[in-house]
Amino acid sequence: MPDRDRTAPAVHGDWHPGLSIRRRLTLLLLAGAAALSIILWLLVRDVANEAAQDTQDGILGAATRAVADEMRGGTDGVEVDIPFMAFSILGAVGEERVFYRIDVSGETVTGYGDLPLPPAPATLGPRFLSATYRGEPVRVAVIDRTLLADGRSVDVRVALAQGSRSRDALAGGLSNRAGAVGIGFFLLAAAMAVLTARSVTRPVRNLARAVARRGPGDLRPVDRPVPSELVPLVDALNGFIARLESSANRTETFIAEAAHHIRTPLSALRGRAEIALRGATPETRDHLRAILRLTDATARTAGQLLDHAAVVYRSDQAGQAPVDLARLAEEVVRTARPLAELRDIQVTLHHEGWDRAIVRGDRVPLEAALRNLIDNAVKYSPEESEVVIDLTGTQPVVLAVCDRGRGLSAPAADLMPRFARGDNVTDVIGSGLGLSIVEAAATAMGGRLTLMQRPEGGTCATLTLPAA
Amino acid sequence: MRHAYLASGLMVLLSLLPLATRAYEVEQDVTFEGGGATLLSIISTTDTDVFAPIVRAFQALNPGMDVRYVTAATTQVHKAIEAGAPFDLAISSAMDLQMKLANDGLALSAPGTPGWPALARWRDEVWGFAQEPVVTGIAPGAFAGQPPRTRSDLIAALRDAPDRFRGRVGTYDPGRSGAGYLFATQDARQSETSWRLAEVMGGLHPRLYASTGAMLADLASGDLLLAYNILGSYAAAEGTQVLEMLDYTHILLRTALVPRSSSNPDLGRAFLTFLLSPAGQTAVAEAGLPPIDETALARAPHLRPIRLDTGLLVHVDPLVRGRFLREWTNAVRQP
Repeated sequence: MPDRDRTAPAVHGDWHPGLSIRRRLTLLLLAGAAALSIILWLLVRDVANEAAQDTQDGILGAATRAVADEMRGGTDGVEVDIPFMAFSILGAVGEERVFYRIDVSGETVTGYGDLPLPPAPATLGPRFLSATYRGEPVRVAVIDRTLLADGRSVDVRVALAQGSRSRDALAGGLSNRAGAVGIGFFLLAAAMAVLTARSVTRPVRNLARAVARRGPGDLRPVDRPVPSELVPLVDALNGFIARLESSANRTETFIAEAAHHIRTPLSALRGRAEIALRGATPETRDHLRAILRLTDATARTAGQLLDHAAVVYRSDQAGQAPVDLARLAEEVVRTARPLAELRDIQVTLHHEGWDRAIVRGDRVPLEAALRNLIDNAVKYSPEESEVVIDLTGTQPVVLAVCDRGRGLSAPAADLMPRFARGDNVTDVIGSGLGLSIVEAAATAMGGRLTLMQRPEGGTCATLTLPAA
Repeated sequence: MRHAYLASGLMVLLSLLPLATRAYEVEQDVTFEGGGATLLSIISTTDTDVFAPIVRAFQALNPGMDVRYVTAATTQVHKAIEAGAPFDLAISSAMDLQMKLANDGLALSAPGTPGWPALARWRDEVWGFAQEPVVTGIAPGAFAGQPPRTRSDLIAALRDAPDRFRGRVGTYDPGRSGAGYLFATQDARQSETSWRLAEVMGGLHPRLYASTGAMLADLASGDLLLAYNILGSYAAAEGTQVLEMLDYTHILLRTALVPRSSSNPDLGRAFLTFLLSPAGQTAVAEAGLPPIDETALARAPHLRPIRLDTGLLVHVDPLVRGRFLREWTNAVRQP
């Protein structure tokens, strides 16, 4: 089967696969808003220009027509009279310059002979031209007429020009206002874009934060409400978590069963070795004693593997009940004393004033944790020394196990993982599982384990657990 | 008072200057000395003795400036600027000719005064600095009873006593005087009554003048009983009795512009700004020219300011002018 998952992911026309959704969304919305703003401005500018031009053309055309209408053919040529109102109306619109030109039979009879004219052919209505005349932008309107003068038809052309300054100012003012509106619109849209992008990506951030906040052993499915777009992601995540959990469970079960299966033959082996010891020759006695010691150590490791499996497995289950740590510590100390007394090590428990230290959790892993802590302390203590267990405080509950042993050879964090052991304990048989069991139990209960070198020699292992 | 400027000013009569090089004719050419650092040249239609105190007030505020003041007829002022004579300021009572100069781009923009009444400015190129009612001057006892207050009354009064007024009615000859042409065209534009009045005056063999001063002189001597369309301020200065017609009385603006041909336009602008300033307007009033006063116009409904806009250009057109003068002459010069 071809390994499809490991081929490089295809980039489907996106800018950068790594660009954040929020930034991408913001940029897209901003680009859209900018485009809309510019389109709005261009449209309004065009409309304003057109409207201003139409207004000017309307007045200019009417004035030109008024002049053209006053021209009459007669028996002695064409009579020209410029109506006062024609110019007066133009004068009323802004303070524009006015130029004019009246041509009869192609000859300029009055006005400004060099006024530019539109090239288009004659029509009855006015034709318009934008031009520059005497250093100023002007709009020229032209009307062509044919008059009968002295029995002959005479071509007459009337051109009237008006400065475009106020028209440009009007259109410019409108366009500027549209520009300001466009900028305002864009700023508003930009703010909306940022808010929208933030709001859209918030569920993703919240989900990521919630998953990241989980403890290392927390394999519960994600059940927080998410938008429908994120449901497939959460479903996939939950499926993955479920597979992970069942895989972890299988592993722990396997370890537990393996440990159990090892312990039973070990007991038989120990029995046989003890029997053989009774009738052994001095030469074989040492070998048999070594076999017994190794058998004990292996049985202990198997027990710890069981403990570990129990702690890890049970911490995933939600077995939560109030446990009195003071009573539990007393019981564990009581069972640890016989072994300690063999090496003249005194184990004392101080919990003065803290008769009841109630924590919330599972009794089994907690007991395993205490047992491992105290066993460790005894194991690494020299003969005729003292192991002190101090229970102080109930909010949170702090339990310190201090010995006069050889201390720590490495930072505490390096000693916590499974099968990790210090360089200074190679002469003592151990599995390296003890501290990892304690830590797993502490973490499962929401507490923590700290190791500290005592200045006067020895180690203090402190278990801090939240009170119930 | 009238010739006081002679004490400090230097008067050079036109007759001493070479005439052939000029495209225009001047009446008086006077230089007011003020220290001689810079020279401001003004061409104007306003008589030198009327304008002298205004120049002096300007010189008092701007020491070290000589002011050359040249007077000419309205058409000659127009011609001078059109020909590119290097004057820094052109002052004229012919609003239409000033408008024509500005419209054709021969005037420079000048800052003037912000908030100046819109009726007394065109763009920032033509600025009105004095307003002048166009009135009718009458000799004492010209009318038997109450003097007429409208043109219709005047027509009736003239018709009632043709023998009394024959040969003793005067008005501007629009063909010779720019101001007279402006008044006549504005009259024609304002109402048909003015044509009837022209015809009635024409029946009385009117005398035609080129200036208000000449009409005032003839009123004073008793040669005239009635002078139609004269400048109110000159009449007031002579103590002549005047009538403001209640149907309408035009208000003429004396306008100033900085010509494009100016060799020192900033001096022209400075003088113009002074003319429009409170100090300048006070000087204008003290010289006997009514300063710009919008509220006075608003209070008196019969006062019609001649609109300073491109409408004035119509009558400057040579064809229109020729046609108008023909019609006017037909009305006034009756056989």
